[in-house]
Amino acid sequence: MKWVAAARLVFISRQKRPARKEPAIAAELVPPQDLRLDLALSLLGQAGWVPPQEVATGSAAWLQAVIDGLCDVSSRDALTGLANRRQFEAAIAREVDRVARVGEPALLLVADIDHFKKVNDTWGHAAGDEVIKSVAKCLQDCVRPMDLVARLGGEEFAIILPNCPPAFGQTVSERIRLKVAMQPVAVIGGQNLSVTVSIGGAFAQQWVRSSSTLWCERADQQLYRAKAEGRNLTCLEMPPLTVVSAEEKGLLFGALGTPSADFDSGLGDGLPTITE
Amino acid sequence: MMVTMSAPATANPTAPVRLARTVAITSGKGGVGKTFFSANLAAALSRQGLKVLVLDADLGLANLDVVLNLYPKITLHDVFTGKAELDEAILPAPGGFSVLLAGSGLVEYSRLTPEVRDQLVSIFEAVKPRFDVILIDTGAGISDVVLYAVSLAHEVIVVATPEPTSMTDAYATIKVLSAQQGREALHVVVNQVGRSGDGRTICHQLQQVVERFVQGPSGVPPKLTHLGDIPLDSSVREAVQKRQLLMELHPGSAAAQGVVQVATRLLARAQG
Repeated sequence: MKWVAAARLVFISRQKRPARKEPAIAAELVPPQDLRLDLALSLLGQAGWVPPQEVATGSAAWLQAVIDGLCDVSSRDALTGLANRRQFEAAIAREVDRVARVGEPALLLVADIDHFKKVNDTWGHAAGDEVIKSVAKCLQDCVRPMDLVARLGGEEFAIILPNCPPAFGQTVSERIRLKVAMQPVAVIGGQNLSVTVSIGGAFAQQWVRSSSTLWCERADQQLYRAKAEGRNLTCLEMPPLTVVSAEEKGLLFGALGTPSADFDSGLGDGLPTITE
Repeated sequence: MMVTMSAPATANPTAPVRLARTVAITSGKGGVGKTFFSANLAAALSRQGLKVLVLDADLGLANLDVVLNLYPKITLHDVFTGKAELDEAILPAPGGFSVLLAGSGLVEYSRLTPEVRDQLVSIFEAVKPRFDVILIDTGAGISDVVLYAVSLAHEVIVVATPEPTSMTDAYATIKVLSAQQGREALHVVVNQVGRSGDGRTICHQLQQVVERFVQGPSGVPPKLTHLGDIPLDSSVREAVQKRQLLMELHPGSAAAQGVVQVATRLLARAQG
């Protein structure tokens, strides 16, 4: 049968074509000796990047790995390994869009180390760095893999928690605060420092086309509140209850399948009738 | 911003100021015919001898101007920026009512800043004594600006169509208005109704789900009043394409009669 033969031909050509042409394309488009990758590779080496195994240096796969490595380096904070501000801003913009479309509750937490300047002034900047690294690890340890923990700069962090019901939001922010407070930080000289964080949080407005700037402002306001009310506190702005659950939707759409049999006069009866 | 009026609202300070009945028109979902409905409702109310103003509060992406085929030189934007007086921005519309147009694409106002809030309030307060009814045509969605514009009005009409997405958004809107503004009574108008009676069924269904899942701040679920339906009608498309009011082009059409009925029921109901 004709179509079987044609299908086989397609199958064969699909199988063979890449194997035959791939090296030719790579050699034509990306002559690796022409690329100046010394700086990129030294940056990657510093960041602990390991070249992919079983891939020839200069091949397309190798180059892809280098590019992926550079993307990773440029989206991470060098000190803590957390997402940096660049990655955070891309992620929060995506989350605002998603929440507006899907209507899931999402929480933004901002955390700030209390009296951090005092740590730096008293114990030096190396100790300050150790404190930041320790807090970063606490934050990362307290959240789910789907959550994004970012260092926004200095002693300020942010966490985006998608699909986060209000009750969970309170639990997780308290968990973070307690974990940081209980975690001693070993600094040079054998000293153990104890630090605390203040945390502010706000839920994204569901079903609302808002902006990441507004969301951050609302979380920041709660952080100021936590600082003003004495630090080592969490303050969350609770969302209005605007989730439309699957159950509610199911009940709503029940209306569409059942035309009202008892409808009598149609439009134009001129009477203000139904008040359910 | 200063809102200056050419003539004081009340010449005699001892006379009581009659303030306009204020109705916000919102929908959650865009594209349900909200602006079309606002304009034609204004025309229907004007025919009953009322002095009506439509305030275009769709500041981000307004299109009341497109519906009315009005392209004024002076808009709300100029009043906001101090380039024009409020009186210059209030224009007569084809249906015998007045409009205050936002001007399309004022992206800077799609965010609710304290300045936008103050400007909206002062404009609103300035026009209130001068009309019988003020309709606030809000933007799509449930953004901060939309919620704020709605909060200015005594009454709210939620416009929905029988589509599931529109019903969900209308329901979400009702929920937000109940939770954030403590609204205890809301009007519902169903547009593009294919079968007579569907609008009533939809409103009934909305009320059932609201009663089960929505408790306002005082623990009372909002009461929905079905103001009427606008039937699916080819004359609507014609009017929209010709950029004319349906009330002017085909006043006898089924859809126009639906709008007239909504106007009648709205007026029959006590304010608030």
